[in-house]
Amino acid sequence: MSTHTLAVLVENSPGVLARVASLFSRRAYNIDSLAVGPTENPDISRMTIVLNLDGHVLDQVMAQLYKLVNVIAISEMTDNTTIKRELLLVKVETGSHRNELAAIVEKYSAVIVNEDEGFFTVEATGVPAQIEGLLNELTPYGIKELVQSGLVALEKGSAALSDRTLSAQGISTLHEIGTQADYQN
Amino acid sequence: MGTEMTGASSLVKSLEAAGVDVMFGIPGGAVLPVYDPLFDSKIRHILVRHEQGAGHAATGYAQVTGRVGVCMATSGPGATNLVTPLADAQMDSVPLVAITGQVPSAAIGTDAFQEADIRGITMPITKHNYLVTNPDDIPRAIAEAFHIASTGRPGPVLVDIAKDALQKMTNFSYPTSIQFAGYKPQVEPDAQAIRDAVALIAQAKKPVFYVGGGIIKANASRQLMQIAELLGAPVVTTLMARGAFPDSHNLHLGMPGMHGTVAAVTALQKSDLLITLGARFDDRVTGKLSSFAVNAKVIHADIDPAEIGKNRFADVPIIGDLAHTLNVLIPALQAEFKKNKPDLTVWWRQMSSLRATYPLGYDKPADGSVSPQYVIERLGAISGPDSIYVAGVGQHQMWASQFVKYEKPRTWLNSGGLGTMGYAVPAAMGAKVGMPDTTVWAIDGDGCFQMTNQELVTCALNNIPIKVAIINNESLGMVRQWQTMFYEGRYSNTSLHSKRIPDFVKLADAMGCAGLRCERPEDVDAVIKEAMSINDQPVVVDFRVFRDAMVWPMVAAGTSNDEIMIARGIAPDWDSQEL
Repeated sequence: MSTHTLAVLVENSPGVLARVASLFSRRAYNIDSLAVGPTENPDISRMTIVLNLDGHVLDQVMAQLYKLVNVIAISEMTDNTTIKRELLLVKVETGSHRNELAAIVEKYSAVIVNEDEGFFTVEATGVPAQIEGLLNELTPYGIKELVQSGLVALEKGSAALSDRTLSAQGISTLHEIGTQADYQN
Repeated sequence: MGTEMTGASSLVKSLEAAGVDVMFGIPGGAVLPVYDPLFDSKIRHILVRHEQGAGHAATGYAQVTGRVGVCMATSGPGATNLVTPLADAQMDSVPLVAITGQVPSAAIGTDAFQEADIRGITMPITKHNYLVTNPDDIPRAIAEAFHIASTGRPGPVLVDIAKDALQKMTNFSYPTSIQFAGYKPQVEPDAQAIRDAVALIAQAKKPVFYVGGGIIKANASRQLMQIAELLGAPVVTTLMARGAFPDSHNLHLGMPGMHGTVAAVTALQKSDLLITLGARFDDRVTGKLSSFAVNAKVIHADIDPAEIGKNRFADVPIIGDLAHTLNVLIPALQAEFKKNKPDLTVWWRQMSSLRATYPLGYDKPADGSVSPQYVIERLGAISGPDSIYVAGVGQHQMWASQFVKYEKPRTWLNSGGLGTMGYAVPAAMGAKVGMPDTTVWAIDGDGCFQMTNQELVTCALNNIPIKVAIINNESLGMVRQWQTMFYEGRYSNTSLHSKRIPDFVKLADAMGCAGLRCERPEDVDAVIKEAMSINDQPVVVDFRVFRDAMVWPMVAAGTSNDEIMIARGIAPDWDSQEL
């Protein structure tokens, strides 16, 4: 088993998240995280899905995903070729450890975004290992609550998933409509 | 701008524009607006007795004609009754469009009367689905639904339309073209894949054509014949592919799988190259996957990229429409064979020996009762290869796949993937509507028949004279067979008592059908001929057969194909075979 990150462009249409979730559920693929949001194109949303699976299953997952009519493009986001980030918001009781906590936050290039009622709320972004490291160091001081976004990833340099859609590659998806007799051969 | 009309009229106009000539359905509250303009349409709407019947009828129609089958139901229970036929069509790649009415858009999500989230429910069992709440979207949704259902790997598409969208006014204009951002099935095969396939075939010593239902979907039986005769390799046809290649052809070893012939199962097991055409390495074919055809390389040609490597690694995947793929592969092989053609003499000596030693057969019941296999064998012989045969699911289905001899594609219909008991009667009805001049036999079990026989009323009232052979062993026979083999003969809840209740002859009569009964082996031919002579109404024949007949050969579920049994506890005599 190993971790893989997929970026998936989907049509921004109702039910598309349910279709993807339903596919993963019925094919018994385990999702570690899923982040979805708008893109530079208002008609298209982008999902970043982190999966834990056997390597040879990855092609199968991608092929099954691509069978969904609303899925436009899929690519694996590998560590070497992409920038990956997670966002963490974590609430820690300050107590008598104000300076120690501040030092840890600075070490991880995180930011104290709120200090109120004896609590720090810390914002951190980074690769999963950094987030995990920060959390490990904060845990002894008592974490009240935390929230994490799923991982998001973008390719380095000029590469873009949006260049790998059928329309960007000049592959016509325009279909002339005949009557049903045309389907019979 | 198009013509102003209601959404319902726009839907009917769209269905007409899509070329629909017949649809099966039942009206109800939410879909009621559609039935008013439908009243004036040239589309023939057949009023069924249960929505499940509408779905399977649409499937039967699609399977015999190659066209898209259409069914319609209202919201809530009407829609959920379509779930089984949609799942069935998804598993067997049948092009269907299902139209359902939905509660008004303002009521969606309020648990309104007869509300069910049928789009959500059918997401995993359709190729795609739509929820339409704006009447202006209806023509495009219908055009897209027909395109998606019938292109690439065919499948069912559901279009759920809110009642207010059917009632509101809109401008009807059927699109002349549609565009998808991501849907583009690959039709033409990759040239390199073809070259790789040729190289593997040229080296093979024990090649087998492993043929699935995709050949029939692609209308590629002619090309299959060409390539099979070109290479001269054995052909096996799966349950979904029966009829894709003539049973009478010398290259044909029959059906592989759990109840396949010894020759077909062993050909796959001992092969060094599976030339897989539109098949999907289903567990009923492979048996225990890790022991399936362990020495074989695999060429896997399929329109669906997700089938590649799903169950079995493919050495050479070929994505594309099978007719196109074979049209390219055949000349490439012809060119290669001028230099180098595999010699299959040794391979054929082995396969011919197996075929001769282990033909399909059955024992006559010692008590003098009617053998179910004999009934089905005689039915196929008398009605002939031009008839269409539609089976339910169970022992009778396996016998119908074994003992009817199929010569042509689209003459054998059954629920292969989902295994839907009750498929036969409604699917036969749809088949007869699609091919009204062809004799259509439903070969059904007494268990299956009691699930969906209400559609015989539809048949009787709508001049759809199908013929039904009930293979009545008064049991859920296949389950009983498993109880015999794996549960020490403890027949828990498999006795149906159908030789006592119901009286199928009276039931047939009550439903406006001719009812016949056959209880003696010597009467089988005469009763079949009598049924063949009745063409002005549906016919139901109650064939009362031997209860303990079993389906052989058999590879028990989860075991290796090497452990095939030709009778209970009896394996082929492998030592006498040169393999």
